[in-house]
Amino acid sequence: MSRKSANAASESIRFGMSEIEFNLFMRRYGIGMVMVIMAVILAIVSPTFRTSGNVISILLQVSLNGILALGMVFVITGGGIDLSIGSLLALTSVIIGAMLNATGSIVLACVVSVAATTVFGLLNGILIAKFKMFPFVVTLATQLVIRGTAYIISGGYSQSLANAEFKEIGAGKLFGVIPYPVIILTVVAILAYVILHWTKFGRYVYAVGGNKNAAIASGVNVFWTTAGTYIISGFCCGIAGIIMTSRISAAQPNIGVGYETDAIAACVIGGTSFAGGVSTIPGTVMGIVIIGLIYNGMNLVGINSYWQTITKGLLIIGAVMLDMVMNKRK
Amino acid sequence: MEEQNKDYILECTGISKAFGGTQALKNVQLQIKKGEVHALLGENGAGKSTLMKIVIGLHKPDEGEMVFEGQRYAANGPADALRKGISMVHQELNPEPHLSIAESIFLNREHTMKGLPFLNKKETNRQAGIILKRFGIEKDPRTLMEELTLAEVQMIEIIRAVSCDARIIIMDEPTSSLDSEETQHLFHTIRELKEKGVSIIYISHRMEEIFEICDRVSVFRDGEYVNSCPLEGVTNEELIAMMVGRQVKSIFPKIECEIGETVLKVENLSGKGFQNISFEVHEGEILGISGLVGSGRSETMRVIFGLDPKTGGKIFLGGKEIAIKSPKDAISKGICMVNEDRQNFGLCLYRSIRENISLPNLPSRQKGILINQRREKKEAEEVAKVLTVKAASIESEAYSLSGGNQQKVVLSKWVMAKPKVLILDEPTRGVDVGAKSEIHTLMCQFAAQGMAIIMISSELPEIMGTSDRILIYHEGRINGEIFREDITTAKVTQEDILAKEFGQKEGGK
Repeated sequence: MSRKSANAASESIRFGMSEIEFNLFMRRYGIGMVMVIMAVILAIVSPTFRTSGNVISILLQVSLNGILALGMVFVITGGGIDLSIGSLLALTSVIIGAMLNATGSIVLACVVSVAATTVFGLLNGILIAKFKMFPFVVTLATQLVIRGTAYIISGGYSQSLANAEFKEIGAGKLFGVIPYPVIILTVVAILAYVILHWTKFGRYVYAVGGNKNAAIASGVNVFWTTAGTYIISGFCCGIAGIIMTSRISAAQPNIGVGYETDAIAACVIGGTSFAGGVSTIPGTVMGIVIIGLIYNGMNLVGINSYWQTITKGLLIIGAVMLDMVMNKRK
Repeated sequence: MEEQNKDYILECTGISKAFGGTQALKNVQLQIKKGEVHALLGENGAGKSTLMKIVIGLHKPDEGEMVFEGQRYAANGPADALRKGISMVHQELNPEPHLSIAESIFLNREHTMKGLPFLNKKETNRQAGIILKRFGIEKDPRTLMEELTLAEVQMIEIIRAVSCDARIIIMDEPTSSLDSEETQHLFHTIRELKEKGVSIIYISHRMEEIFEICDRVSVFRDGEYVNSCPLEGVTNEELIAMMVGRQVKSIFPKIECEIGETVLKVENLSGKGFQNISFEVHEGEILGISGLVGSGRSETMRVIFGLDPKTGGKIFLGGKEIAIKSPKDAISKGICMVNEDRQNFGLCLYRSIRENISLPNLPSRQKGILINQRREKKEAEEVAKVLTVKAASIESEAYSLSGGNQQKVVLSKWVMAKPKVLILDEPTRGVDVGAKSEIHTLMCQFAAQGMAIIMISSELPEIMGTSDRILIYHEGRINGEIFREDITTAKVTQEDILAKEFGQKEGGK
């Protein structure tokens, strides 16, 4: 018989933002402090950093990785990982090239390429959720399959795209101020927020990633939930791939190598637990911005890119440690 | 003749062990003689396994001492215990499937080539062959473990213990997965070991086996030592009386209420671990399910809830036959289950109380494709208040709660689902006394509202104090049905129920 009483936390449920809720908020978004401190230091050190043009340029820089990370956060929250995103960028690129060549229709090119990446996401999801294969291995393998497919479609050649209208997607600006990629990133972030935090599906993703058995015992369809996260990741790859292709004005089968690293890094820095079941979209956005700050800030201060890579690595370790200390988990 | 040997090979005295606030062992003792087969007997949670885990060094005792072969003894884990001469063959065997028999037997003490750090496979296989022959097993020592039957794997485990020169072998429910022929073969081996002077500690719930193979028995109850005696001259009934003891009946807040129509009916249901189970449960009724762990009680409920597939039989809800393929089906039809493994099947520990409570209830709380968050929060707060969940906030994560409050959160989510049938598997396990009685009160209130409740419990006072009717499981079958009048009039006692759990036949009712 346990004599341990529950009095330790015996206040009844409080409404509104209590101290506990405040602590919880800090634990989830404490990384925001890191972001603010970084920005303040950079603003002091570099006058260029303070310009509004630079803020937009940072957002533009992170737009690609941001969209990928916003897809990745679903997968990691659901207890998986998606290593195939880099290849999916290449697939998008070559499909756009082929479609523009064949039809000249930008809309058709974009729709078909996004549909293709989404289908590959579904394929990842089926292999992982239906056949209970390890996400790491499955996406490591499909990454190769997708990359190979991209080479076959393109015949292995890069093809420059002369379509000026298509170029506008990556280079154009709304009202001549805000680049379209930044707007797309914002829309994707808002959609991701709504889906993860406000829908049944989002809750199920948290439940499946947090405790699959409990999710099953609560009537959650684990297959569609898991598959759904990979479908979202695939969809985001398609969107990011369109922007990337437009910005480089070429259809290339060899692009996107290593892009999964930054996407995963943004999730982890943003407080996403690799064990699954813990993440927030605002946190992920902060992770995305922090990575942007590292690139942008160090460039402005004149530190070479080798150090940027090291800093990013150390920051990931730091973020995980911070998470463990703050959450006092084993 | 054995009686003359007053020297005990293993003597444990004054052993106590607590886990958190739960006292698992209170000042228990155990004496094992050389060359005897010694049975450990007790209900679930009596402390047998904890004591054995202390002996093989998986737990450290808080108090007490052990003397093995005349010397103070303490083990630093199973490997150390084996080195010192005590080995345990676990109920759940987990062999390394890709090792050969020879490699398994000589695991951690491999033969190496002279002066070199390389394995000498030839020598290993030769030695293993000799040992296998000695035990009359005609198997190539190079056979992989995964190709063996459970009985064979168990044999190899025993052989490994003996070849390590173990003087005491602990066997935990060794026959639970053996057929009668394999059991007889095991008994033959046990007798041989006994002749060689090896002592066996035999844990089992099967009384016939204990009477057949064991020399002496020690009985435990609620973490306390009750008695030891030779098995010769003692009766089944006497042993059961020892296991139950005379506990003062706790006061249970039973609310008598009208029992209505049949809600759930099960006909000849079969699945893994149980066969041909038939019963009914009615509106407003609390149906208690009693039985030993592994008797098929939880397994039956898992099938009804859709966690495991059935192999035969029918399930009726409100008179109509229903097909349940997953918990999702069960929940949508109004059957909910609180699993015995709360942490594994009940909660997402790192999510908030609110999210945990609403998880199975989201489909009906949507506004378009979005969750109606205001309604969700309001309802979760209401139900948490009714169930007196004690937490700083409804946004607190589940892992920060005490066991009792975690259980109330699990209950909350099913209460919010307003089920027709609520299945509770060990609802008060690991829950403090206060919360326990609150949970009992809640159960009665739910029943009073017309819910049909099925409660599995290993605690006899609990099951007798709260149930309107009790079904007793034994080895995958129902071995008795008891009504509340029989308990309140003391026509049926704890001893009677326990005797049925242990397989005593005689007319049910």
